[in-house]
Amino acid sequence: MNNTSLILIIVGTALVNNVVLNQFLGICSFLGVSKQMKASISLGGAVIFVITIASAVASLLYDYILKPLGMDFMKTIIFILVIAALVQIVEMFLKKKSPAVYKALGIYLPLITTNCAVLGVALTNVQDGYNFIQCVTSGFGTAIGYTIAIVLLAGIRSRINEKDLPGPLRGAPIVMIAAALMSIAFMGFGSLVL
Amino acid sequence: MKQYIERLWNGLVKENPVLVLMLGMCPALAVSTQAANGIGMGLSTLAVLVLSNFVISCLRKVIPDQVRLPAYIVIVASLVTVTELLIEAYLPSLYETLGIYIPLIVVNCIILGRAEAYANKHTPLLSIMDGIGMGLGFTAALTIAGAIRELLGAGSVFGFRLLPESFGMTIFIQPPGAFLVFALIIAIMNAIGIKTRQRKLVESGCDGNCALCSAVCETRDTDPAAEAEQKGGAEA
Repeated sequence: MNNTSLILIIVGTALVNNVVLNQFLGICSFLGVSKQMKASISLGGAVIFVITIASAVASLLYDYILKPLGMDFMKTIIFILVIAALVQIVEMFLKKKSPAVYKALGIYLPLITTNCAVLGVALTNVQDGYNFIQCVTSGFGTAIGYTIAIVLLAGIRSRINEKDLPGPLRGAPIVMIAAALMSIAFMGFGSLVL
Repeated sequence: MKQYIERLWNGLVKENPVLVLMLGMCPALAVSTQAANGIGMGLSTLAVLVLSNFVISCLRKVIPDQVRLPAYIVIVASLVTVTELLIEAYLPSLYETLGIYIPLIVVNCIILGRAEAYANKHTPLLSIMDGIGMGLGFTAALTIAGAIRELLGAGSVFGFRLLPESFGMTIFIQPPGAFLVFALIIAIMNAIGIKTRQRKLVESGCDGNCALCSAVCETRDTDPAAEAEQKGGAEA
């Protein structure tokens, strides 16, 4: 357990196994919100915030409550409820304590409950047997990867919007083709030796 | 009788969850590497969907309206856990290939979407048929996409070799292939005039409660910023 392994986890989750382009988690918001650059950046910020906290809480819950009690199989139910509650609490806390951040994140905060990336990261961390610090790091790295992907796609889409496309490709198909090309680019990170 | 068959047709073709409503894209993109995986994932989701529609429809008069979404999430999560344990016990190889995507059925938008849009307003029998129809539609879309990807990527379909091994374009079984194949399927559907109907789902289904719906919808697409501003303005 040293600093290099944490950096490897961040690079691995953010670039090599990018949560959107490689693992296909959080596709709904990736395709839906990437229409506007500003919205994508806000959503990215909210996702970094929530995923990091959620993976910390999920890790503690699993290590100190679920595992000692032998309730491994309950992890899906517990995690989804904890995430839903957590998002609510974070929202209320931010509203009270730092209205500026709350306003910047806006409606993207509650949207994250159903973002499958949050539950996905919590479950993968547990499967990989990460300890608390590794869980938080991998959550943070994953969220960074999500933000990179959605901001890049938003940039590409703002260019696509100005172009005259063949009819059938307009809308969802061209966005997915752009995502495919991004995914090919991200495959290049796979050759990083980790 | 007619309305039961209508439900099946509706889920399979008219409102196909993946190809028309564009719900549940995450598992669709992720597990469609082979036709067989598509069927496995599709049928697991179908099982959960039918049971959750049935349970929610039975309890629709018991669950108070204010807490219905948490209640639905608990019901769906329990059913998913049961399904996961059954698959792990009886189909270990499928469990290996689908991996994390089995527990993630909980956050599949199709399931909560159908609960909100259909099961909490209709009788248990009709809800079961709706679940079967939607589940079959999901399975069909995944299997078709899986077959295309397997054929182009590995030269076989359901493991039967149709093209020589040297033909395989591996990019199609890798992540970029998923985006490409779904983009092309949707483009072909656009070209032959089957419109994707996201807006309609929103009108009939989610009552504008975007917070708990992960559908890619027009309302949410266009005015999140405006909505946030309105919200902020109202509070100020």
